[in-house]
Amino acid sequence: MMNREQTVRIEANQGYDPQHFELVQGIPARITFHRTNPSACYNSIVFEKEGIHEELPLDSDFDIEFTPQETGTFEFTCGMNMQKGSYTVREANANTCTECNHEIHEEKNCCVKDKHVHTGENAHEHNQSHMDTNKHACSHHNDAQHDIKHTLGLQQRFWISAVLGAVLLVLMVGMFTGTMSHTVVRWGTFIATTPIMLASGAPFMTSAWQSFKKHNANMDTLVALGTGVAYIYSLIALFMGLPVYFESAGFIIFFVLLGQIFEEKMRSNASHAVEKLLDLQTKSAHVLRDGTYIEIPREELKVGDIIRVLPGEKIAVDGVIVEGRTAIDESMVTGESMPTSKSVGDAVIGSTINTTGTIVFRAEKVGSNTMLAQIVDFVKQAQSSHAPIQNLTDKISHIFVPTVVILSILTFLTWFVVVGASPIDALVYAVSVLIIACPCALGLATPTALMVGTARSAAMGVLIKNGAALQETSKIDTVVFDKTGTLTIGKPIVSDIVGDAHEVLRLAASVERNSEHPLAGAITERAQQEGIELNEAYDFEALSGLGVRAHIDGHVVVLGNEKIHENHTFDVQLRKRMSEMNNDAKTVVIVGVDNKIVGLIAIQDAPKESAQSAIASLKKRGLRTVMLTGDNEKVAHAIAQKVGIDEVISDVLPQEKADVISTLRADGATVAFVGDGINDAPALSVADVGIAMGTGTDIAIEAGSVVLTHNDLRGVVRAYDMSKKTFNRIILNLFWASIYNVIGIPIAAGIFASVGFVLNPEISGLAMALSSVSVLASSLLLNVSKVE
Amino acid sequence: MITNIVVVLVGIGLIAFIIWWFFANHEQDGTRATQMGNHQEIEVEVLGGYSPQTIVLEKGKPATIIFNRKDPSSCLDQVVLPDFGVQADLPLGEKYSIQIEPDKAGEFNYACGMNMMHGKIRVE
Repeated sequence: MMNREQTVRIEANQGYDPQHFELVQGIPARITFHRTNPSACYNSIVFEKEGIHEELPLDSDFDIEFTPQETGTFEFTCGMNMQKGSYTVREANANTCTECNHEIHEEKNCCVKDKHVHTGENAHEHNQSHMDTNKHACSHHNDAQHDIKHTLGLQQRFWISAVLGAVLLVLMVGMFTGTMSHTVVRWGTFIATTPIMLASGAPFMTSAWQSFKKHNANMDTLVALGTGVAYIYSLIALFMGLPVYFESAGFIIFFVLLGQIFEEKMRSNASHAVEKLLDLQTKSAHVLRDGTYIEIPREELKVGDIIRVLPGEKIAVDGVIVEGRTAIDESMVTGESMPTSKSVGDAVIGSTINTTGTIVFRAEKVGSNTMLAQIVDFVKQAQSSHAPIQNLTDKISHIFVPTVVILSILTFLTWFVVVGASPIDALVYAVSVLIIACPCALGLATPTALMVGTARSAAMGVLIKNGAALQETSKIDTVVFDKTGTLTIGKPIVSDIVGDAHEVLRLAASVERNSEHPLAGAITERAQQEGIELNEAYDFEALSGLGVRAHIDGHVVVLGNEKIHENHTFDVQLRKRMSEMNNDAKTVVIVGVDNKIVGLIAIQDAPKESAQSAIASLKKRGLRTVMLTGDNEKVAHAIAQKVGIDEVISDVLPQEKADVISTLRADGATVAFVGDGINDAPALSVADVGIAMGTGTDIAIEAGSVVLTHNDLRGVVRAYDMSKKTFNRIILNLFWASIYNVIGIPIAAGIFASVGFVLNPEISGLAMALSSVSVLASSLLLNVSKVE
Repeated sequence: MITNIVVVLVGIGLIAFIIWWFFANHEQDGTRATQMGNHQEIEVEVLGGYSPQTIVLEKGKPATIIFNRKDPSSCLDQVVLPDFGVQADLPLGEKYSIQIEPDKAGEFNYACGMNMMHGKIRVE
């Protein structure tokens, strides 16, 4: 064991990453902390078990060394005991790596390796961040790190090329103004370019060579070949007294690296946009422990914890309110900008902001089960998916680079043999062709737009499952809505009151609060909303199929349909209103007092507030709207008219919904079906695009190819708009990237040389750097494009 | 004249070589993952592409693919397995494992973030 060591590297930024790692008993361990968070929370690190308490320097590595003697799981914390991580010490002879859940063979032990050759860059990190719900990642340092450690970072490579590039520029100016002698310029460019080639350019060469050996070619192949040819030619020319072109190689590398720096930054912007959602989470919460509320980190919350949230605070995890009433700003999860009022029994979502009142809620979902974590996971999956349109670029990318190399050779042959140009001129054109070609722009066009588009949609409460779903959604021409619960609220509410509204409602609710009928619920809820004080009702009687009867203040109050009121006086005016409301497919409850009818209450499963405007927006976009319902035609048409929907398919049994969708598709429509994820699963899956409406904190991930995290029908419009915008952006990117290559390559090859329009290799390098940057910029622009 | 003929011949030779080297079928048979009870594991070296280029997994068994990235090229800093919903940044000089559930038989392609380098997973 003497020559063995185990090492782990931990990032201290948003908590500790990895939060959990594993050590083997009895082997010296070196834990390297890299602290990037300046917060005082991370000032020190404590391994209580080992009696270690050390200060962590900011932005540099700090090693903690100890030899774990006891097996078990132990904690490490920051000095304030706010941030925590843990590690498990296991027996040295155990052959199972518990975290990875795979067996480790003696000869290929994944956790510990012999240390004689290298200084032991072997570690086993368990990257158990909250993101990795089902696929968790292990990362092991390896021997190769030694070789790579000495290569320079992108930034360093860039700066070397920039500084020496400036020297080259001075030499060029000197040559053109005649202030420097020819010899100085020749040798000067050689001396300035050589370090660029060796330091900044070497990784291109290595990568190109490694790819070549495996019958692959990539962008590095082109850069390496282009600069290599220019440099080697110039080297020979230098000693043969011919004109040299060292500066081409130097400038090309400078421009390519410049582009890569931008590209790296933008690419990480695009791909990590969604993870920023997780940063919205609060760090800690006030939890009831032993009768008092104490502040503990979010990571330690458990299901069942009672958590208090003050106005202005963020809600830590998903749960249900047990006390208090408030308005909650849920815009970060649902995209809904208006705060939603909530009271006891309502669900709250982690990371949303409590605005007005103090509430106490019980945690129901924590860690990776929270809605936010699920959304992030969903979007990450979408971002890694392939859009069908990429199949074409896949084919092109396989042959792109070798084809360009062939074109470059043909360019040389044409200039040298056919046109009869000097070998130098022919070479310059050939190199330009190599450099200007940019397979990256083509390769980046789809995935970056997909990343930005899906992340932006998610922020609006629209989750798009994958690239294929996005492409399909952008092509729909028909939107079919399920009625109950999708277009309508899904439960009956009072829509009209005829007569003395206050009095009618007071009497009706006083009687109905004794009843359990769904219509009764609608009436009492309305009375509650209006703050009406109810009377005590006596001798309550439910008359099956007719209605209910009770005594209030000595009067007989009767509620029900026409039959129960047969002997009562029915005002003509009231009777007229009743048939009107019946025609609107409303259920009318007649309220009578002592043989006289005093009022009517109409009850209906009302359309959602957002329905009308959503349908109007869809129609404005030229989409056909269809409503699907099990109701009879009369009821269905009444609702359809109210929300402005074109077509109604009524009397559809729940199990027939999928068949109706199939029929529509067979007639040539590209159909999106909007329904809830629970009852409509078959129809959702049959449709070209299934749009599942979310309910509460459960997002019906399995159900649809598009999931709306909220109940707002305008989400359908947003889903369509964002898909369309993203897909159009993909097309634009692909078009731009192909046009760039299609036009750029012939120009670089010198077809316009006769009219004096040529691109030298340096300008080609700049153009190529700009082309991938511009594709990325175009994708990022999706973030700011206007969406209703 | 002689120079021209030589140059043309060399050029055509180079083109022929490129076509043969890059476009001819050099694919070798896939390498099978090491079976470990109810689990399988395979290491893929990321250096100028993915090797082995084709890996063979057994259907229905959770698999760990360990990417060992040795290539500093920015082309290879991401790996995307669209069929398995995996997208990962590969740390340079480290082994990075991903876990997938190969529950469907067939051939699945994966690629780097820029879709330039390709690998294949065959599930049998």
